[in-house]
Amino acid sequence: MAEAVRRAVRAMDGAPVAARQAAPNSRAPAGGTPGKRSSWRSERGRLHQSHLLFLLPALAYMVAFFGYPVVKNVVMGFQHYTTATFYTGRAPWVGFANYTAVVSSDVFDKALLNTVLFTVGSIAGQFLTGLAIALFFRRRFPLNGVMRSLLLLPWLVPLIVSSAVWRWILDQDNGVLNRFLGDLHLVQDRPGWLTSTSLALIAVIMVNIWIGIPFNVAILYGGLQDIPEELYEAAALDGATGWRAFRHVTWPLLRPVVSVVLVLGVVYTVKVLDVILGLTNGGPANATQTIASQSYQLSFQQFDFGQGAALGNILIVISLVFAVLYLRANRRAVEQ
Amino acid sequence: MSTITHTSVQPVTRTPVRRRRSRRPWGYTALGALILAVMLFPVYWMVNVSLQPANTAVSTPWFPTRLNFDGYATALSQQGANLLTSLVVAMGSVVFSLLVASPAAYALAHVNARWVGPVLFGILISQMVPGIVVANALYSAYNDLGLLNSIPGLILADSTAGIPFAILILRAFMGNIPSSVIEAARVDGAGRVRAFVSIVLPMSRNALITAGLFTFLFTWSDFLFALTLTTTEDVRPVTLGLYQYLGAHVSDWNAVMATATLASVPALVLLLVAQRYIATGVTGGAVK
Repeated sequence: MAEAVRRAVRAMDGAPVAARQAAPNSRAPAGGTPGKRSSWRSERGRLHQSHLLFLLPALAYMVAFFGYPVVKNVVMGFQHYTTATFYTGRAPWVGFANYTAVVSSDVFDKALLNTVLFTVGSIAGQFLTGLAIALFFRRRFPLNGVMRSLLLLPWLVPLIVSSAVWRWILDQDNGVLNRFLGDLHLVQDRPGWLTSTSLALIAVIMVNIWIGIPFNVAILYGGLQDIPEELYEAAALDGATGWRAFRHVTWPLLRPVVSVVLVLGVVYTVKVLDVILGLTNGGPANATQTIASQSYQLSFQQFDFGQGAALGNILIVISLVFAVLYLRANRRAVEQ
Repeated sequence: MSTITHTSVQPVTRTPVRRRRSRRPWGYTALGALILAVMLFPVYWMVNVSLQPANTAVSTPWFPTRLNFDGYATALSQQGANLLTSLVVAMGSVVFSLLVASPAAYALAHVNARWVGPVLFGILISQMVPGIVVANALYSAYNDLGLLNSIPGLILADSTAGIPFAILILRAFMGNIPSSVIEAARVDGAGRVRAFVSIVLPMSRNALITAGLFTFLFTWSDFLFALTLTTTEDVRPVTLGLYQYLGAHVSDWNAVMATATLASVPALVLLLVAQRYIATGVTGGAVK
């Protein structure tokens, strides 16, 4: 299973490279003799055309279910789009009114901060714990493989199931966590993990870390396995073991995998909805409201699809900004 | 430098390796079991609560000493239809995703054309589109097309997870099939479609199973589209049924946890079954 994910990740990681390689390759035949060139080209053209037919259904689907929604959302963001629109078919143009309304609302600052805290907290926790566990599983011991595959379970279980289970574990009065902490005399009063405004966000982040650890372990473990054993032997000969081996062998070679894990983690965490809706519904008093959950509330609870779309677009921009920053940082790292 | 390594490092490296092999392994196993116990406790707790009688909320025993299946009886009577809906939608999405993704993956793996890079890049970028954005736009489109509260509507929307993933997985696998094999079939007179169906697809069996299993799991787990693209009880996946338990004041946690356990069955099955296919997929990938 980890292999499947790693393959997908590798394919993803390789895409920009493929993009760069594809361009010069397709121009390569231009160097051939003029007489041969035309027939070669038309043969090639036909070849590409028929393969394009293979691609067509997927292309049509991607345009309809990713391209269209994005375009539609951009348009909706400028419209007064409500339930009435479904009956009258009218969605008056309102310019940037949705954006000003959304950004100036009291919830926005809170939601933006929560989104950042939730994303950074989740990613940091998942990655560090995941790396530690992955390093641990590099050692050879009995039942290692069985344990690694069982560890994937929290990641494979539906998110809403995890949310339901944690909601019961974290329950203030009857939850098993408070019972456990109470038995150990670690807490005086029962903390309301999901009902207190100061604890709810932390609790939601903790649950999301738990969900994300298996994915991080699987991919990082795969990356660690790809580092040749000889390098550690060579490093050991030079006196680098333990921390120094990690610093000078493991980390530099793991870096490509690390950046894939982190960028995928952020892209997926920024838009998380199931966990928040399942655990707290954004409450108490918006303490766990994020941009994604607020966008849901606006569209599907208040039926103001225009404002929901505006907030959704802001979410896309946040994702894109991060992706650009990441690609730039990565290029700089490669140049160095 | 070389003299130092010869004299001092040799014994230093040898002893820990030896100790690791002889004495420590079961110690590590114990530590691994501890990590596993912490990570899997919520799953255990879910199963434990699901097997308790109703109204034991205040002091749920640590172990289900007396197995009680009332929770499952309630869950099946209230969520049975929803489980069936989830199953139909998930299987539909697997068929649809593989039908759409496998020819595309083949084209992307075996053509060295200008558009391959941009298409792959587009698939990557699509992963950044938040589900709520897709749902927001699809709701009005589905409303016009009459796809709200329909199984085909959910299958189409849920495939947003399966199709990009299947394309990437299948492309990585099909790229390993040598072009010479396909060319040989073409020389023997097979058309492009024939070569794809009778050569490429059978050779990609393991990758197809992997992509199918994951697509099943993605769709089965879908919550967002179930939440936004259904408005009545006619078509209601189990994830939404579970969520609605949480919305009401929960009194019978055993029924909730029984539903949660039933909703986790595909994950468990995948964990047990897919492991084998992935393993053969890794070795079988290197076709010679």
